[in-house]
Amino acid sequence: MKDSVESYVTDDGRTIGGVMLDLRNITLRFGGVEAIKDISFNIREGEIRAIIGPNGAGKSSMLNIISGFYKPQEGEVLFDGVARPPMPPYQVARQGIARTFQNIALFEGMSVLDNVMTGRMNHMNASIFSQAMWFGKAQREEVENREAVERIIDFLEIQKIRKTPVSRLPYGLKKRVELARALAAEPRLLLLDEPMAGMNVEEKEDMSRFILDLNDEFGTTIALIEHDMGVVMDLSDRVVVMDYGRKIGDGTPDEVRGNQGVIDAYLGVSHD
Amino acid sequence: MFYREAGDFKTSYEADSQTFPIAFDRYRYWVILAVAYLVIPFLINDYWANAILVPFLIYAIAAIGLNILTGYCGQVSLGTGGFMAVGAYSCYKLMTSFPDVSIIIHVVLAGVITAVVGAAFGLPSLRIKGFYLAVATLAAQFFLVWLFNKVSWFYNYSASGQISAPERMLFGAPVTGPNTEPWVQYMVCLVFVTICAIIARNLTRGTLGRSWMAIRDMDIAAEIIGVNPLKAKLTAFAVSSFFIGISGALFFSVYLGAVEVGEAFGIQKSFLVLFMIILGGLGSIFGSFAGAAFLVLLPVLLKVIGVDLLGWPTDLVSHLRLVIIGALIMFFLIKEPHGLAQLWRIAKEKLRLWPFPY
Repeated sequence: MKDSVESYVTDDGRTIGGVMLDLRNITLRFGGVEAIKDISFNIREGEIRAIIGPNGAGKSSMLNIISGFYKPQEGEVLFDGVARPPMPPYQVARQGIARTFQNIALFEGMSVLDNVMTGRMNHMNASIFSQAMWFGKAQREEVENREAVERIIDFLEIQKIRKTPVSRLPYGLKKRVELARALAAEPRLLLLDEPMAGMNVEEKEDMSRFILDLNDEFGTTIALIEHDMGVVMDLSDRVVVMDYGRKIGDGTPDEVRGNQGVIDAYLGVSHD
Repeated sequence: MFYREAGDFKTSYEADSQTFPIAFDRYRYWVILAVAYLVIPFLINDYWANAILVPFLIYAIAAIGLNILTGYCGQVSLGTGGFMAVGAYSCYKLMTSFPDVSIIIHVVLAGVITAVVGAAFGLPSLRIKGFYLAVATLAAQFFLVWLFNKVSWFYNYSASGQISAPERMLFGAPVTGPNTEPWVQYMVCLVFVTICAIIARNLTRGTLGRSWMAIRDMDIAAEIIGVNPLKAKLTAFAVSSFFIGISGALFFSVYLGAVEVGEAFGIQKSFLVLFMIILGGLGSIFGSFAGAAFLVLLPVLLKVIGVDLLGWPTDLVSHLRLVIIGALIMFFLIKEPHGLAQLWRIAKEKLRLWPFPY
C-alpha cells in the first residue's frame, strides 16, 4: 500500500494522494561528518508523515534539506515529480513549503499579528511606491491578507493576543503563533519540527487537535518530527525512523512499531 | 482618564491598521500639524529657525532614514555623514547644472541618487553583519568624504573647495542663498519632514517594513518563511539613504548655504544621527523626532542655562555637553534600549489607566 502510486482512502476517510515530495538518495555531509547517509523516502499529498529517531539522528537536518536551508551533497529532491534545482530557502517557501522550528524562531520585536502577516509575504507583491503611499494595491492587499490572517488567528484561537508583542508570550503560545505564521503562507506542505516539545499534556492535546484539523479541513500535507511516541503513533499515517543518519524503518505506525531495527534503536541493543 | 481607547471600536481592518488607532492620538497629531503649519510660520524669527527648528527638522529626516536601516532592519550604519554628503553634493551639482529646474525636484533627485549610492554600499550587508558591517559603512563614510574633497568636479573647481548654494526661488520667494527668510526655510523643511515621515510610516507598517523587521529579529527564520534577504536589506539601505540624502541636500542648500565636506559631513555627523536614534528609540518614527529634538535642544538649553544664566565659560559648557550626551547614551543603552519612544509608550499606558493603578 505505502509504495503504490495510486491514491487511497484511510480508515478515517481522508484521501491520500500521490507522491508530493520525493527525496532520493540524500546524503548530507558537514566536513567529514555524514549527517544523513543515502536516505530516500517520500511524502504523499494529504498525509501526515512523521520523522522519528533518537537525538542526533539527522531528523532536523532532513527538514532543513526539504526547506532548502541545507544543500545535500548527493541525491535529489523532487517536488511534484520535478527535480528541484538548488534554490535559496525563500524560493522554496514560494513553492508552498512552510515550517516551524525546534527552538522557536519568531520575530520577537513584532506583534503576533505582524508575525503572522509576515508569513503571508509570498502572497503580497505591491510595489514599493504603492506601499509608500499606502494607496491602491498596497492597501487592498493589506486588508485582503489581514482577512486571511484573521481566519488563521481564529482557527488557532489566539484572537486575544493578536496585538501583543511576541516577546511577552509564554512558551506554549509562542509555539502556536509560530504555527500560525507557517499556516499564513497557506502551504501545501507544512514541516513541523518538534511542535510539542516542552509542552504539558493539555497543550499537546491542543496542538494535536490543530494538526489533525488542519490536515482534515485544509488538506495540508504535514511532515513532523516528534519525540512523543504516543502522539506520533496516533497522528501519523506513515513514519520514517532514522538513526545515525540512516533510515532504519519506514511504514505505517504499526509496521514501524514491530520493526526490530527500530526497537533496537530506541531500547538499545548490546553490541557484542 | 482623558486618554483612553474604550469605546473606540474599529469596524474594518483598514481602520485597525491606521497610524494612530487611538482617537486621542489622532487629534493630537492634527493639532501638532496645525500648529506647525499655521502658527509657527508666523511667529518664527531668525534665531528660532537657525538654532532650533530648521536643524531639528533636517536631523529628523536623517534620523528617520537611519532608523529605517538600523532600527527597523537591524543593519548598523556609521556612514550617515557620508550619505548626507552625497545628498548635498548631488543637490549642488544638479542646482548648478540645471538652474531652471525647481529646487524641490533637485532635492528629491539628490535623495534618489543617494539611494542608489546607499544600496551599492549596502551590498556587503548580504555577507557580513553587526560590527563588521558597521566597519564597512565606516569605510563608506571616509571614502565618500575623501572623494568629495579629492575630485574637484564635485565642487565645480572652486578655489576654497567649498560648495555654496546659489539663490533659487520657489513661488517667488528665495529658498536658498543668503536672502532666504526664516519662515521659508522652515516651511520647506517642514513639508519635506511631513512627507518623509508619512512615507516612512507607511513603509514600516506594510509588507516591506515587516520584511525589514523579520530580518532584524531573526534573519534565518525570515528567509525560510519567504523573505528575500537581498531585497529586504537593499531596499532598507536604499530607502534609508533616500531620506538621508534629502536631509543632506536640505542641510546644505536650505540650512547652511555653504559647506565644506569634512567639516559638515564628517564622522561626528554619523555619530550624532546614530545617537539621535539610540536616545530617541530604535524602530520608532516618533523616536526619530524625539531623538533629533533632544540632541538639537540639549546644546541650546545648556548654553542658555550655563552661559547666559550661570555665567560659566563657553568651553566648559560645550565639554559638559559631551559628558552629558555620553552619560545619557550609556544610561539609555542599559536602562531603556528603546529610548525616549519607549518612555513615551509607557507614559501612555499609564495615562490610559489614570487615575487608577490598574
